[in-house]
Amino acid sequence: MKIKFWGVRGSIATPGAATVRYGGNTTCIEVRSDDNDLIILDAGTGIFPLALTLFPELPLTCHLFITHTHWDHIQGLPFFIPNFIPGNTLRIHGAYDPIARRDIRDILSGQLQYCYFPVREAELKARLEYITLRERQTVVTGSATVTNILMNHPVLNFGYRIECQGKSVFFTGDHEHLYNIYEPDDEEFSEYALFMNQKNQSIIDFIRGVDVLIADTSYTIEDYPAKKGWGHGTFDANIALAREAGVKTVFFTHHEPTRSDDALERALAEAMARNPRRPGDPQFLLAREGLVYEL
Amino acid sequence: MGHSKKKLLNLVDGMPAFPPSVYHILKLTADINCAPKALVRVIDLDPVLTIKLLQLVNSPYFGLSRQIGSIRQAVVFVGINTIKNLALTIAPMEMLSRDALNTPFLEGLLSHAIAVGVVARHLARRSGISEMESTDFFVAGLLHDFGKIALHRFFPEKHAKALALAHKKQLPLHLAEQEILNLDHTQVGALLADKWQLPPGCQASMGQHHNWKHAGESAVLDCVIAANIIAKTIGVGHSGNPVIDNPLHPAIEHRLGGDLSDLIGTLGDISGEMHKVQRFIHSWQNVSASNSTESP
Repeated sequence: MKIKFWGVRGSIATPGAATVRYGGNTTCIEVRSDDNDLIILDAGTGIFPLALTLFPELPLTCHLFITHTHWDHIQGLPFFIPNFIPGNTLRIHGAYDPIARRDIRDILSGQLQYCYFPVREAELKARLEYITLRERQTVVTGSATVTNILMNHPVLNFGYRIECQGKSVFFTGDHEHLYNIYEPDDEEFSEYALFMNQKNQSIIDFIRGVDVLIADTSYTIEDYPAKKGWGHGTFDANIALAREAGVKTVFFTHHEPTRSDDALERALAEAMARNPRRPGDPQFLLAREGLVYEL
Repeated sequence: MGHSKKKLLNLVDGMPAFPPSVYHILKLTADINCAPKALVRVIDLDPVLTIKLLQLVNSPYFGLSRQIGSIRQAVVFVGINTIKNLALTIAPMEMLSRDALNTPFLEGLLSHAIAVGVVARHLARRSGISEMESTDFFVAGLLHDFGKIALHRFFPEKHAKALALAHKKQLPLHLAEQEILNLDHTQVGALLADKWQLPPGCQASMGQHHNWKHAGESAVLDCVIAANIIAKTIGVGHSGNPVIDNPLHPAIEHRLGGDLSDLIGTLGDISGEMHKVQRFIHSWQNVSASNSTESP
């Protein structure tokens, strides 16, 4: 299995000199199974440069998994060039939105309304298939399988685990570690803690032993107090998660849009200094646009 | 009159307590920084709302892999923001649908009430009312015809007669109600609002929306009166009242900065909001009716 990062920035695309090393495109990850099946995680602006590399493979079938439908994870989709070329198939998977009562097709085809985009869905030449997923539904994509679990973000967000020939990757999408909404002296505190433990445990069990964990690491612990409840993770929380789940390699991603490359490297160094290496620790790396990792 | 007053008091005594949770949820969620535990506490105190929320969380719309048994567990598993938004969409429906939706009249009335709420909020926003306060206008509009629900529930046959009479003679419904029942929905509404200790805007809305004597005195009442007429004019829902007042009272036109057609001309962007509510009613009925297991 092979991973390539096409977009590692959170929230909004941030081109410019300060982000040129790690990249300014929003979330998009290409995963290739051993049989070269194409799996794409999220369709942020990074999906456009990815699309430009696919011409030699046409016609192709592409399995796109959307963690959630916030802009930075879907904004590149209208520019996915294979959609305009006959013979290609795009299978789009994602959660139902129970608040807006819209399925993944309804939400994403909404992007192709005339006021947003000049080409209507009916005019696309590729075959588009939409699959609304339930939690823990497994999808087989050629030689790989993809299973999901609900994470913690304001809107339903699936984390995806991809397995192929004994190798595995987990991507959190956007995820904030759970926190207790009660104070220790509130009577509900311990009951809430119990539910949190259950949910945390189910996430840890789901991720356990993956070769690669790609985790939303928008914040440092200094940033976090002002952004609690916004649905994003920290370096420290992801280091703890990776250790508990026994993963082998961690990529921190969804870099905060105002963080420059230098600041990002400093943030990692500070987090590592706070959490000194232990025996058996995974390697902790910053996701970088263009980086390829072979499992 | 003695007879009808007694009838009225009996009726009001027989109505269930107004779920204060609904009002609190609308207020709390108007503040983006509302404390999650405050919201959970309000939901916790309302068993009906709790059950409806859990029904939805456990419905195929969420597609969860495990059964959720309590609101706190739901907050952990689907997130406080989702619960907040779910409560926000359920709360207004709750105000009306604990009794409603079991006759065609009440179903039409529900759509009408939502339209009046949405339009009243739109008019409030247009006249510079803050987002936080505009919630009060929405609730006031939503509840303005609650007296009709009470009459329809307690005197189903006579209220049906009043509806038929209003239709046949093209008479305002409150006058037809007076003719058949010796009381009308605004009188019942006023008493209920008082019993439930609703804020002044809601009291005026429920009790005075056909009384133009007070036009121009209260922003909430003016917006609700105008919204009521607008909803009927554009034909969303059915209030049971065949008569549409036109033109608006000059004091209301003055406050809102236009006549009926001017105001309707500003509504363009509320169709999406109405559509969202209609979609919600549809899926709500599915979940409530069957607690079904089919895929959404």
